[in-house]
Amino acid sequence: MDLSYSEEYEKFRSQVRTFLEAHWPPKDSETSREDQTARFRQQAIEAGYLARSIPKKYGGSEQEADVLKAAVIREEFRRVRAPGEVAGIGPGMLVPTLLDRGEEWQKEKFVAPTMRGEIVWCQGYSEPGSGSDLASLQTKGELVGDEWVINGQKIWTSGAQHADYMFCLTRTEPEAQKHAGISYLLIDMHQPGIDVRPLKQMNGSADFNEVFLTDVRTPKDWIVGKRGEGWLVSRTTLKHERNMIGNAEQSALMFAGLVDLARKTQRNGRSALQDPSVRQHLVEIEGRIKAHQYSGHRQLTKAAKNQDPGIIQLMNKLNSTNIGHAVAKLSIELLEDDSLLEPGSRLPDSELDLSGWMNQYMWSLGIAVAGGTANIQRNVIGERGLGLPRDAAVQRS
Amino acid sequence: MDFDITEEQELLQETIAQFVANECPPTRLREIFDGETGYDPALWTGLIELGLGGITVPEEFGGAGLELLDLALACETLGAGAVPGPFLGHSLAGLALQLAGSDEQKKTWLPRLATGEVIGSVAFAEGGTAWQPEEWQLGGDDKLSGRKLHVPNASLADVIIVGTVGGGLALIERAAAGVEIKQIAGVDRTRRLEELNLDGVEAQILPQGSGVAGRLRDAGLLLLSADAFGGANRLVEMSVEHARTREQFGVTIGHFQALKHQLANMATEVEPCRGLFWYAAHAFDHVQAESERSAALAKSHITDVYMQVARDSVEAHGGIGFTWECDVQIYFKRAMFDRAFLGMPAVHRERAAVLAGW
Repeated sequence: MDLSYSEEYEKFRSQVRTFLEAHWPPKDSETSREDQTARFRQQAIEAGYLARSIPKKYGGSEQEADVLKAAVIREEFRRVRAPGEVAGIGPGMLVPTLLDRGEEWQKEKFVAPTMRGEIVWCQGYSEPGSGSDLASLQTKGELVGDEWVINGQKIWTSGAQHADYMFCLTRTEPEAQKHAGISYLLIDMHQPGIDVRPLKQMNGSADFNEVFLTDVRTPKDWIVGKRGEGWLVSRTTLKHERNMIGNAEQSALMFAGLVDLARKTQRNGRSALQDPSVRQHLVEIEGRIKAHQYSGHRQLTKAAKNQDPGIIQLMNKLNSTNIGHAVAKLSIELLEDDSLLEPGSRLPDSELDLSGWMNQYMWSLGIAVAGGTANIQRNVIGERGLGLPRDAAVQRS
Repeated sequence: MDFDITEEQELLQETIAQFVANECPPTRLREIFDGETGYDPALWTGLIELGLGGITVPEEFGGAGLELLDLALACETLGAGAVPGPFLGHSLAGLALQLAGSDEQKKTWLPRLATGEVIGSVAFAEGGTAWQPEEWQLGGDDKLSGRKLHVPNASLADVIIVGTVGGGLALIERAAAGVEIKQIAGVDRTRRLEELNLDGVEAQILPQGSGVAGRLRDAGLLLLSADAFGGANRLVEMSVEHARTREQFGVTIGHFQALKHQLANMATEVEPCRGLFWYAAHAFDHVQAESERSAALAKSHITDVYMQVARDSVEAHGGIGFTWECDVQIYFKRAMFDRAFLGMPAVHRERAAVLAGW
């Protein structure tokens, strides 16, 4: 067991450091922060540190997949708070899908501007009647002449209000069995017939939307994969170095914040960190977080050896959800009466960001639901991880 | 970055697992569990022949000269089989001599512990929650008088390492004058506990004792963590197996989400514990600054998980799970042992908080 990196990777690390010292933070104060970030990203791509899995002709740096190099880059970029790749569903989901299944012209048109953040995507999967049972979706796509005509409704569409395009699952072959009748279409969001209505969340903000599609049009060849293969296309996962690890580091950061909150919270004239029950809870949570972090190390090690990470990978989301909940729960205990306040409010005299914890408390539920509810995760772990049979009385076509 | 065990370590585990499958299958485990002594000489001899008597004992004293991580991995596999016998106390006695003994003491005892010629044990607790070195009160000169509780397999042991006042360590021989042993009806019948009464018993003081008693305790925490991980993991397997074979309403009960989710939760709690005890053992061997706190975290977290998983396993087995005849109860009781022996999770969580400077 050796948690250090080999000499080869330490050499790579010092290259990354040298690069970062030269380029981040930017020295000039003339241009806007946005422009500086965009330019830095471009330099980082040219140096081979970002967009590594993307071919050069589509704006990437086309490096060989290497999870350890990816980990080194992540560590070093995070250390100096340098911007990583553009976040979001476009770079994270659409780009790998296009690279794997898209037509050449589609890659040329969409990949580079998506990676640069110039165009923004939303994902049209869920529908009011089709959440966990996604393949039952009903939004219709009909080929009329040279265009698809799309009618239906999507829901839980993150960022639809800011998106330029949607990648959308639509039922184009009504005669086919449910998984087989779906196509993966790309849709311009700036056109008549698209009605985006934000959904107000329990924490007061609105990240999700309903999207109503009425006679929306998209060219015949804006389809990824063949007709009726949309289900398979949406399941495309490339071997993606950056997506390999669970977010244990995020949990560790949250935990450090929680300890800080306990230290600064006064109880009976002393710090809550001195309270025996708070100490017990904190160490309990820390045990879970450490265990989760070491699972991340194991996963990284297995990935580097090209071994199947197996059940650990299936457990990542549920583990993160459980940890997020435990952290948020203790933070609310520490806030006491301040947890009567609405998220987003701020105490005039407090140096603590209480509203952040209120948001965190509610978001810990959002996380438990988003991207497959915790119960769906349990099904996946039970069926794929433990080899249990599929649910009784559920017919899957 | 290589967060993994080696091929040799995997082989060690496979060898032990194979031996346990042959020599201590559930039927045999049950016989020993229900037997008079909780001990099977043939099984013990077999483990010794595999080299388990001296995994960490230096080669010059007839052992394998391996690290605590190797010993912990052995404990994991023995824990998975709930293997009965004096292995825990024996291993800790050997470690005590390695860490704290004089050259003469090492030369005298380590080779005999490694070859199984003598069996070792350790005596720490003095009642209540007084498990930790700083709490030991028993007199510290070379004539020991007083009482020690919860000594594993004391009447089997030839030598017993006794924790003494000020966090010292001393070796006594069971056959010495003034040693009296009383049986305790311990909950875990795979590791029998006894009470040790000493009346002016001649003792050999281990010269480095007061410096390393804490480290010996940490090693104990790690062996319990590893046993707990192995046992918890096996309980998940046993429960999954039950869910795949037991039928109700015309289907195997693993079809039902309520049970499937419970099993998924159990597995999700257990699996990450593997890295927790690996790292803690690695820290014991190589990262001393993190060793004490890592051991405290591992023991408190993993033995809590084991206990919860044992409860869930009883539930998952339904009525049969609550019976003496179901093997789950053997693991359930080992979980109780692992959780309480050397101090409850709350004790070690508080220590971890102190060690963090909170």
